Amino acid sequence: MTLALETIGLKKTFGGLTATNDVHLRLEKGARHALIGPNGAGKTTLINLLTGVLAPSAGQIRLDGVEIGGMGVEARVRRGLGRTFQINQLFPDLTPIETVALAVSERSGRGGDWWRRVGTRGAVLDEVVDVLERFGLTERMREPTRTLPYGKQRLLEIAVALATKPRVLLLDEPAAGVPEGERHEILEAVEALPKDVTVVLIEHDMDMVFRFAERITVLVAGAVLTEGTVAEISDDPRVRAVYLGEG
Amino acid sequence: MTMPLLPTSRADAVASAKAFLGAQSRVRPLEIAFWLLAFAALFVGRSHHLLLAEITILALFAVSLDLILGYAGIVSLGHAAFFGLGAYAAGILAQSGHGDPLSGLVVAAGVAAVAGFVSSFLVLRGADLTRLMITLGVASLLYEAANKMDWLTGGADGLQGILIGPLLGRFDFDLYGTTAFAYALGVLFVVMLALRVVVHSPFGHALRAIRDNRLRARAVGIPVERRLVAVYTLSAAIAGLAGALSCQTTAFVSLDVLDFHRSAEVLLVLVIGGSGRLYGAIVGAVVFRFAQDVLSAMTPQYWQFWVGLGLVILVLIGRDRLDDLGRAIVARILPARRSPEGTP
Ligand SMILES: Nc1ncnc2c1ncn2[C@@H]1O[C@H](COP(=O)(O)OP(=O)(O)OP(=O)(O)O)[C@@H](O)[C@H]1O
Ligand SMILES: [Mg+2]
Repeated sequence: MTLALETIGLKKTFGGLTATNDVHLRLEKGARHALIGPNGAGKTTLINLLTGVLAPSAGQIRLDGVEIGGMGVEARVRRGLGRTFQINQLFPDLTPIETVALAVSERSGRGGDWWRRVGTRGAVLDEVVDVLERFGLTERMREPTRTLPYGKQRLLEIAVALATKPRVLLLDEPAAGVPEGERHEILEAVEALPKDVTVVLIEHDMDMVFRFAERITVLVAGAVLTEGTVAEISDDPRVRAVYLGEG
Repeated sequence: MTMPLLPTSRADAVASAKAFLGAQSRVRPLEIAFWLLAFAALFVGRSHHLLLAEITILALFAVSLDLILGYAGIVSLGHAAFFGLGAYAAGILAQSGHGDPLSGLVVAAGVAAVAGFVSSFLVLRGADLTRLMITLGVASLLYEAANKMDWLTGGADGLQGILIGPLLGRFDFDLYGTTAFAYALGVLFVVMLALRVVVHSPFGHALRAIRDNRLRARAVGIPVERRLVAVYTLSAAIAGLAGALSCQTTAFVSLDVLDFHRSAEVLLVLVIGGSGRLYGAIVGAVVFRFAQDVLSAMTPQYWQFWVGLGLVILVLIGRDRLDDLGRAIVARILPARRSPEGTP
């Protein structure tokens, strides 16, 4: 069976700093995988390498068995690699309708249409509303994104990524900065993602990680410390040491 | 269709989204009033038609800049390159005996579009400052080239012997500039009709997305480079139209059409009128020309000083606050209107 996502000896150096060090990842289709590690472990860097924002210093990346390491960001998105950002990367002046419609239009190959209004073609708006509804965003979908509460913006991050219909979805700390009382909303949204989508979750909150993930990869100083099931990881003394050492 | 628990609420949401997008691109009463007024001006005040033609052409030029600056977020200090190319293309064509205005217009737009396409690859990358320098550089290069190639352009003396035929084979360009104004206004009108479709299209939204957040735009799957090349080419073509109009309505082209002050002036017009809204370019052109006239009548020596001062104040106050002020004034003047479909 081909893996949904695989990296072979992935490496990234920033000058003298090795941010990603010989990372081998193997994700099966539909996997619920968590990527954990202390601050500065290289989690975001890994996502940037996978999605093409950064060029790797060495190594290969395969999506559904196809080498994508040489492709541009958009080409990878078209091939089904979606992501969210640790720090909101949204369009402040666009509404959630417009934001999600962008993703839907591009995915359906109509993003270059200049001769007709957005949402006048086929089922684009149905799809937009479906996605927004899934994340409870329809109520304020007509307001500029910058006016949405922070928690809603975090949900929009996931919504717009899902609207690209990814086969593999990389979530970079989706609940980052969300107040304790609202985190469950994010977790529920993440748990309710379609089963056929392979999901990689980066998260510091261990409860959330253990609830969500089937397998966990622990990254320390750019390298994989260990990989295993939730039970294996939670019992691993090295992992505890890393996290206890963290504080 | 899947089985939604609340089919009506989903349908409602779709309808609401549709209505929202529809409302965004709806023709506003003010817009209709503006065009009626503009076309009505054709039938009165003949003595002002030359000035109005000039303003209309400036507005068209500013609209072309708005497309890249206001929508796609590409700053340019060299947009006169395309204006100038359009002007020279139309001028050289007319000089060589092809004086039909409309076909000259098309050729000029084509020439400018090709130049826009080629130079677009230079502005794809880099920060604002890099782009300012590159656009400035490209325009200066063209200026110098036009200066050197005097066998073609007439150099510093300008193109001689431009003969423009009648518009549509019927309407001669008159001394008052009525034909010129009608022609320029017609072109501006058609371009505005087209652009208001473009800016509300998926392509137009993608431009705003690129302007607002390029990282996310890519992550959404928008082919950023391709969109920017397209809009830069389109913008250049429209600037070329403006240049051609300027040539055809005055039957004259000189190096001035490629001069730096033209690029700066059109940027100023857009700052005055507000970018990213198409009509801002027109408002800016009107205000700019009137301010120029009034100020130069009052202080012939220093009018540029006052324009500069006004600009500094404008930037300091901030566009948004000025808009709020404008809206507040309009709300005062017009009686409070209830929205007809006001049911919640
Ligand atoms: N563009 C860059 N240039 C230089 N160094 C970088 C760059 N991006 C990341 N780094 C460094 O690489 C290391 C890994 O950073 P990264 O952001 O991937 O960590 P992380 O695991 O996502 O941390 P956090 O949990 O805080 O988000 C850090 O030391 C960081 O300073
Ligand atoms: Mg990170």
